Amino acid sequence: MSLLYLTLRSLGQRKVGVALSLLTIALSVFLLLGVERVRADARQGFAGSVSGVDLLVGARTGPVSLLLYAVFHVGEATNNITWKSYQDIAAMPEVAWTVPLSLGDSHRGFRVTGTTADFFRYYRYGRANRLSFAAGKPFDDLYDAVIGSQVARRLHYEVGDTIVLSHGLGGALLAQHADKPFRIGGVLAPTGTPVDASILVSLPAIEAIHLDWRSGVPLPGAATTSEQARHADLAPKAITAALVGLRSRLSAFAVQRAIDDYPEEPLLAVLPGVALGELWHLVGTAENALRVVSAMVLLAGMSGMLGTLVGMLNERRREMAVLRAVGASARVIFALLVIESTLLTLAGMIAGWLLLALVTAVTRDYLLVNAGLVIDQTPAPGEWPLLGAVFAVGVLAGCVPGWMAYRRSLADGLQVRL
Amino acid sequence: MIPYGEDAPLLRTRGLRYAWRDSENALAFDDLVLGRGERLFLCGPSGSGKSTLLGLLAGVLSPTDGDVSVLGTSFAAATPAARDGFRANHLGYVFQQFNLLPFLDPMQNVLLGCAWSRERAARAGSSRASVRGEARRLLLALGLDARTTFHARTGELSVGQQQRVAAARALIGGPALLLADEPTSALDMTSRNAFLRLLLEECRRHGTGVVFVSHDLSLARHFDRSVSLWQGAAS
Repeated sequence: MSLLYLTLRSLGQRKVGVALSLLTIALSVFLLLGVERVRADARQGFAGSVSGVDLLVGARTGPVSLLLYAVFHVGEATNNITWKSYQDIAAMPEVAWTVPLSLGDSHRGFRVTGTTADFFRYYRYGRANRLSFAAGKPFDDLYDAVIGSQVARRLHYEVGDTIVLSHGLGGALLAQHADKPFRIGGVLAPTGTPVDASILVSLPAIEAIHLDWRSGVPLPGAATTSEQARHADLAPKAITAALVGLRSRLSAFAVQRAIDDYPEEPLLAVLPGVALGELWHLVGTAENALRVVSAMVLLAGMSGMLGTLVGMLNERRREMAVLRAVGASARVIFALLVIESTLLTLAGMIAGWLLLALVTAVTRDYLLVNAGLVIDQTPAPGEWPLLGAVFAVGVLAGCVPGWMAYRRSLADGLQVRL
Repeated sequence: MIPYGEDAPLLRTRGLRYAWRDSENALAFDDLVLGRGERLFLCGPSGSGKSTLLGLLAGVLSPTDGDVSVLGTSFAAATPAARDGFRANHLGYVFQQFNLLPFLDPMQNVLLGCAWSRERAARAGSSRASVRGEARRLLLALGLDARTTFHARTGELSVGQQQRVAAARALIGGPALLLADEPTSALDMTSRNAFLRLLLEECRRHGTGVVFVSHDLSLARHFDRSVSLWQGAAS
């Protein structure tokens, strides 16, 4: 009759207490791992906002500022870059591809990005995922727009609907580009990136809607109709920023320096990873707060288990005395309790882990669509040390009742004082 | 039958004294000597230190002064682990009540008597099956019926049945010495005598010596010798 068998049978005898104890541990493991998973995935999603882009180019400003307005649609660009500079960069021998971004317009609070069809080819998010269409296709007409999943969901748009863009980014009384309405040609699948909240149109379309505008106001008297605009010169003169892909990552620093030293215009090229790191640093406090909460949760769970084990100890004194009488040493008594808490911890860990797998599987789509959070089904690397810590704390916690029982069985002898 | 310390008596105590940690009064016990297979009745009122003495004789408690030796093995000279091993090999113990682990069935409770001693298991039988056979024989010999032995759950047993299972556990593998702490006090007079008769019969069969503690003097007639703890209790 092994100690493991005795422990299992003894646990089976105390089903209610054991179940409560298991529940406590499982819930705390679930919360601990859940918080860690969300933390890691939020970070991953953040870092994956511009994956596959080697350089981000804009007018000279701060790297974080460029990242914020070009990728996260926070704040506004102070300057544009000329189409000529953009073409010079695209022509550099190290550059494999470029995608222009032209910002500045909006539609009911969502920002409009003027770009080319290459955006759908080269943009990557998360671990090198490509954009995919939930409905429709990339723009092929001048007045086609592609909208992100969040735009479609919030404004109840679908392919074929007509929208009017506003000039500028905020405020209620924006000037409308009412004379040149757009047709929604495609809806993107959720990505968990700022693309979800974007309206994408072609660069010539951006030119077309601004044909009669100077310095942000429409020219009085001049009114080019949308059909006339199709025949106007729609070659872009300036863009806000550009995504650059290189033939080899090794040349990133050389190209970055070349762009920074571009003689005809003050430009800035940033490595997105570096700028993202700086930006994440700013929100790192929230991350630490989450970690502290996780640790508290674990502590509470373990105290719960400890309480249950110590509470059970009294009703088990008779069991201990019987085992002592048949020759079990006080060390065996200690071992029994440590085995018990180890089993409880292990079972609680497995239950908590399974619960997390279940919950993430069930809420995955909901979280992606509603919170823009891509929850990974595979455990985050930070979860293994956490599980190890839970296990260690569980075994250590088991030593407390183990030690109490050990001392007691030495002092009591074979008598049980109840 | 027991090839262990051939010349030594079964049990010998010398100048035993025991003080609980927080108490200034020590219990002092008269010296005891018990021969192989001898059956001793120890009587004394509650509080005379009977359970403490049994704890000392079992090697679970360590005396403040003096020594216990069983089969020539001195407990004072042995480590706690060695005493635990010795107890598993050579001693059987029956409590006043609540002898059984409720989560094991009656048969497993009996086999628990060999769980910490290979030597004991080997004496009970050469194979797993024969050890179980011996456990079954003991249970039946101690007056349990076959249905109870094989099918009842431990929680369903009456106090009398529990004590029989406990006696079987203490006696499996033929220990040299059986220590019994008022095992019959919860039984009525008729079953008390019947139980005691069967218990002592099994002890005789194995050549097991007995130290039987009780305040019920009417039981003394079943034993070779009686000793009163009364005069030794105070000090």
